[in-house]
Amino acid sequence: MPKVTIDDISLEVPLGTTILQAARMIGQNVPPAMCYYSKLEGSGGKCRTCLVQVVAGSYKDPRPMPKLVASCRTTVMDGMEVRNTTSSEVQEARKGVTEFLLANHPLDCPVCDQAGECKLQDLSYEHGLSKSRYEFKRREFDRIDIGDKIQLHMNRCILCYRCTQVAEQLTPERVHGVLHRGEHSEISTMIEKAIDNDFSGNMIDVCPVGALTDKTFRFKSRVWFTKPVFAHRNCPGCEGKVTLWYQGSEVLRVTSRKDKWGEAESFICNSCRFDHKKTEDWVIEGPAKIDSHSVISQNHMKFELPVIQPLLTTENEQTA
Amino acid sequence: MARKLLLELADIPQIQNIDTYISHGGYRSLEKALKKMTPDEITEEVKKSGLRGRGGAGFSTGLKWSFLDKSTDKPRYLLCNADESEPGTFKDRYLMEKLPHLLIEGMILSSYALGSNTSYIYIRGEYMFVLRKLEKAIQEAYSKGFLGKNILNSGFDLDLYVHPGAGAYICGEETALIESLEGKRGNPRIKPPFPAVSGLWGCPTIVNNVESIAAVVPIINDGGDEYAKIGLGKSTGTKLISASGNIQKPGVYEIDMGITVEEFIYSDEYCGGMKDGLELKACVPGGSSVPILPRHLLFRESNGDSRRMTYESLSEGGFTSGSMLGSGGFIVYDEKQCIVRNTWNFARFYHHESCGQCSPCREGTGWMERILHNIENGRGTEDDIQLLWQVQKNIEGNTICPLGDAAAWPVAAAIRHFRHEFEYHVKYPERVFDADHTYQPEIQQTYSLTT
Ligand SMILES: Cc1cc2nc3c(=O)[nH]c(=O)nc-3n(C[C@H](O)[C@H](O)[C@H](O)COP(=O)(O)O)c2cc1C
Ligand code: SF4
Ligand code: FES
Repeated sequence: MPKVTIDDISLEVPLGTTILQAARMIGQNVPPAMCYYSKLEGSGGKCRTCLVQVVAGSYKDPRPMPKLVASCRTTVMDGMEVRNTTSSEVQEARKGVTEFLLANHPLDCPVCDQAGECKLQDLSYEHGLSKSRYEFKRREFDRIDIGDKIQLHMNRCILCYRCTQVAEQLTPERVHGVLHRGEHSEISTMIEKAIDNDFSGNMIDVCPVGALTDKTFRFKSRVWFTKPVFAHRNCPGCEGKVTLWYQGSEVLRVTSRKDKWGEAESFICNSCRFDHKKTEDWVIEGPAKIDSHSVISQNHMKFELPVIQPLLTTENEQTA
Repeated sequence: MARKLLLELADIPQIQNIDTYISHGGYRSLEKALKKMTPDEITEEVKKSGLRGRGGAGFSTGLKWSFLDKSTDKPRYLLCNADESEPGTFKDRYLMEKLPHLLIEGMILSSYALGSNTSYIYIRGEYMFVLRKLEKAIQEAYSKGFLGKNILNSGFDLDLYVHPGAGAYICGEETALIESLEGKRGNPRIKPPFPAVSGLWGCPTIVNNVESIAAVVPIINDGGDEYAKIGLGKSTGTKLISASGNIQKPGVYEIDMGITVEEFIYSDEYCGGMKDGLELKACVPGGSSVPILPRHLLFRESNGDSRRMTYESLSEGGFTSGSMLGSGGFIVYDEKQCIVRNTWNFARFYHHESCGQCSPCREGTGWMERILHNIENGRGTEDDIQLLWQVQKNIEGNTICPLGDAAAWPVAAAIRHFRHEFEYHVKYPERVFDADHTYQPEIQQTYSLTT
């Protein structure tokens, strides 16, 4: 098994592991990833936030790599030495990339449903400047409804391509992609054709920003005023493992369960997401784990959930 | 008169006709190559010749060919890159228009060497009239038995197609070219894998520039060693230079690698000196992506030797005081040209041509263009120059494909060598619309760069 050292911590990893995956295995100093998504084939390489410095290629060829590399798309070699948080060059580059991602971003967080679970917010908090140096008019697009459940807010899009990969890989027909090029690129469904298939809702979950949002949740609440609860149901279409987002006893939205890196553990179908918003539709497992640095964990709303009681009895069902 | 290996027959009337081309010795390499040489022997000759890729990067062609993965039973492909879109570069067009059969002959030899039975010429969509000439020439070659099944009874089959692009510079980047040829959006792929392992349809693929492929013809006719005798050091053979700007005789010239830059600009055989008796101020020697050089760095290397038209000599001094041979797009500026305006124009091009896949290039190219537009139009500040420097620095080296670098380098070099012109724009906004941008002597001094 190849051995890799990231910021002076060494680990042996299976053949074919990328630097980013290795960093996630180590669990600290993990480069931020805005476009890579482990469940989507061919994702990554685009946003450049995960750039790292390879100071030694391998035992065999210990030369450093001439440029910073995208850790999400660079495979570990035996003896590779990587610098992430310990490289000022990487930190500088990441600051630059963050500034680029924000250059055309509307910064309309106060009215954005993604606020609180937005990867771009996290990124700018850690790597952004306090003030934008971009003084020009930002790109503007019209808001588009794609289907009756999803809204595309192209102004906020960072062109990570994840949603197009969902469309290509999870759904039977490819109905959307990227139109135009450069700064004018936009996610589009060719003549705004509705994306209407059983798994389209996952585009919302993979979107790192608030470009694709759930219309059924629109403006209902700020995410930090809702309580996430793990639940499952016997679903013919998907694994049926979801997070229910409660306000009081009302389910405001249903999403996939996110792992530590903000990725869906398994993709869910639209029926679970949009058509099952009652507590009785679900077997409740208990409160979802929320990373302690997330604003969602700052939630001090009173948690009044009568349904949380059956929690203990559901343990058996879960294994069934 | 310098020797011509590629353009020797260019001015013969009707040379686009296959019979005329044959009567002047065209296609004679096929008998020798297909019947007397093995594919590996051809690759060996190309290696011996020292030929380096003429598309811009100057990577050894023979070495690239030897990377082609021959271990699988997948088909192998040769793609000719005729997307020529780099501002200042127009040599491939000239070669294809004048001598379509030379390219086809080169394609047959190279395809044979690489074991490609289906090869493509990917040509930029704006060259539709050239495409028609190539297609006619290909038909003629089929009818003579130079293409198709069992060429000249050698047992080698080759089908050759021309495929037009749809107007995107980025499709000249080899992996974007492959995507485009597959019918997809022309986004560059993330490497590795390299095309030699997994290219067109996931099969081993070699991409070469028009001029590189054409050069295989004289290499096979005369032998790699003969070819390598021309030139200087690791820059062997002849090179087509597209000369433009404020010179007496713009045009495409075939030069022996190694002549001095001074000779190329001032001799009557080539550019014929500056136009209208004006002084030379600057030169972009290798297409819009390479650093611009001011006069005092253009003719001399840092040790005082004459700078020559070779890969090594033009890049001597690195980016501090050198540039690159690139694609051979040689643009000359006289004293009246405004460097800021020129830089803005280049930036505008890269902004327009970025594929938009990766954030530094997508956002950075537009940003640079807007800052430059402001400075050029008298709305810039001293801080803008600094910001521009930082934006280009944040793009360079951090992108998927070299277009990001290509956008950053000309901006960096312009600020590095012509900072005084940027400052002039900032200081005298009311004067920037002067027809000839006559600069004031008091700011003519070079400023040292503080980053
Ligand atoms: C943005 C971009 C545009 C390019 N355009 C061209 C082109 O128009 N023609 C070309 O031959 N090579 C072009 N190249 C270089 C190709 O990627 C490739 O290196 C070249 O075709 C290889 O051929 P060679 O080895 O014969 O030079 C371009 C590269 C980049 C990054
Ligand atoms: S550098 Fe520019 S052109 Fe190249 S992949 Fe990135 S966005 Fe596209
Ligand atoms: S996560 Fe690696 S480039 Fe976007």
